[in-house]
Amino acid sequence: MKTNDDIIQVADVSTYLGESWINKNLDLTVRRGEILAIVGGSGSGKTTLLREMLLLQKVNSGSIKVFGIELTKATPGELLAVQKRWGVLFQQDALFSSLTVLENTAFPLHEHTTLDSDTINQLALLKILLVGLPVDAANKYPSELSGGMQKRAGLARALVLDPELVFLDEPTSGLDPDSAAAFDELVLDLQATMGLTIVMVTHDLDSLWHVANRVAILGEGRVLCVDTVAKVAKNSHPLVQAYFNGPRGRIVKRMYD
Amino acid sequence: MTTQVNTFTRFDSKTNALICQGDWNLANLVLLKHELQKIRWPRQGALIINGSDIVRMDSAGAWLLSKNMQMLDKQHCQVTLQKFSEQHQKLLALIEEKGAAAIPVPKQAMPSRMAKLGRNAVIQGREFLDYFHFIGELTMEALRVIRHASKFRWAALISVLDKTGLRALPIIALLSSMIGVVITYQMGVQLRNYGANVFIVDFLGLSVLREFGPLLTAIMVAGRTGSAFTAQLGTMKINQEIDALNTLGVTPAELLLLPRILGLAITLPLLTMWANVFGIIGGMLTAHNMLGVTPHDFMLRFEHAIPLKTLFIGLGKAPVFALIIASIGCFEGMRVRGSADSVGQQTTRSVVLSIFFIIVADAIFSVIFSKMHL
Repeated sequence: MKTNDDIIQVADVSTYLGESWINKNLDLTVRRGEILAIVGGSGSGKTTLLREMLLLQKVNSGSIKVFGIELTKATPGELLAVQKRWGVLFQQDALFSSLTVLENTAFPLHEHTTLDSDTINQLALLKILLVGLPVDAANKYPSELSGGMQKRAGLARALVLDPELVFLDEPTSGLDPDSAAAFDELVLDLQATMGLTIVMVTHDLDSLWHVANRVAILGEGRVLCVDTVAKVAKNSHPLVQAYFNGPRGRIVKRMYD
Repeated sequence: MTTQVNTFTRFDSKTNALICQGDWNLANLVLLKHELQKIRWPRQGALIINGSDIVRMDSAGAWLLSKNMQMLDKQHCQVTLQKFSEQHQKLLALIEEKGAAAIPVPKQAMPSRMAKLGRNAVIQGREFLDYFHFIGELTMEALRVIRHASKFRWAALISVLDKTGLRALPIIALLSSMIGVVITYQMGVQLRNYGANVFIVDFLGLSVLREFGPLLTAIMVAGRTGSAFTAQLGTMKINQEIDALNTLGVTPAELLLLPRILGLAITLPLLTMWANVFGIIGGMLTAHNMLGVTPHDFMLRFEHAIPLKTLFIGLGKAPVFALIIASIGCFEGMRVRGSADSVGQQTTRSVVLSIFFIIVADAIFSVIFSKMHL
């Protein structure tokens, strides 16, 4: 399997929002098969960048290519082809509250495949089991699940089309340390078995050290540095230092040193 | 011929070997399923599945293979996997471990019709009791606020008056003048037949002031304001704003509910008066056009034909309607639980129940007034 081709290429992207430049001439590439974490302080444009890669937010200038297709100029048909190849776990899970977990997970299959509903339900159940939910969670509504289980259900829906690329927006925020650690393990497991490429926005220093292959740190509207977390932590830029060598950063860093 | 050659598989029935090839993924799953069904599987004995030619396999493809292996297992075939790549082996192992191919999809429990009926009856009954509970609590709260009049939230009240009263004026004026037009047209045709054109004044005055003004205004306000109350309070409930108020030592009743109820009790009679005026104006202009009753004649007759008590009977109903709309709107808003879905459900309920009880109350009023010979 090829491992070196780039799945996402963000080049020279600038975004003007609310009377300030959120991103200015930002470049970033995501390689096939890696777990890339995007970090940065609040307001550094992480979420905006993620939304731009998902085409939920328009860019003022620059190019964003996903699977080699220029998103800003893609026809609806091309875009749909890309959308079938990615999965997204939103920060608030974004599960449809009027559907059960099984219906939520089966939804993309009903929309985008010609399979019979029996097969669809079985495939949806497979994903529910793969993300570590019990069988009886399938018929529950999202509001009946705990935060950690909702996250897993969101992941099941993101994975149901067997995507090559998965976006995770703050996957461990709002989870207790135990659930967060278990979720990190789950992401690592699934990435290895399903051969996923993962782009995650995170604030969780633990998942940064434990899960990410590479880390891109955003600041001043651009990517300050992209490398393995150990190397990024040694970068001398004051914003990077503030992020990794603050009181919390130092504790986590010491644990993984 | 001993070899079955297909797009994704080659099956050699002599050596009992199934060679998989191509993309075993979700996009091809329909074709794959079809193909595997057509294979003449051996009744028993050893079977080798060779995965060396698989280009790509995702979890859907692995699931299908795993499902077929299970079926073969049941037929007492010894299945051996051969030359699968490491990642494909991991994927198959994971699916095996989770037992996903064997577990049937759980069915949602469907209660019987009687059970549904019973449950609905209990839910409705409880809601009715909850409503009385809510009204009781609000009354206690209102008594408390009255004792500390300085604590009353004037700003909240003014805002309610503005939103439910002032901003409703244009739509109420427009709709009620149209009601006046419609009534005059419908009745004018009949009256003209008898040459009783001028009696349109009696008819219009009585029907608008006594019934149509208060009733239609209340229904419009239930749709416009009652629903807004429920949606606002429901969203605040989901955002935990109500919880925040409670922990800050401010009861939601004091800040949110009482100003809304009092506010609507003030604005609805005023809106009803406003609607009466425009209903009559609409009718008067139509009567001029259609029946030749000039506005001057109309006003002259109006003064004699319509006693003042008609107006008061109509306006007297408005505060009752206001209490129905505001209390149901607030009650349903406070009953929102959990998700955004619930806001929608409760808002619908709020409007339906408000209109239902407005009409019930109106019917009760009619009976009472006729007994009192009003």
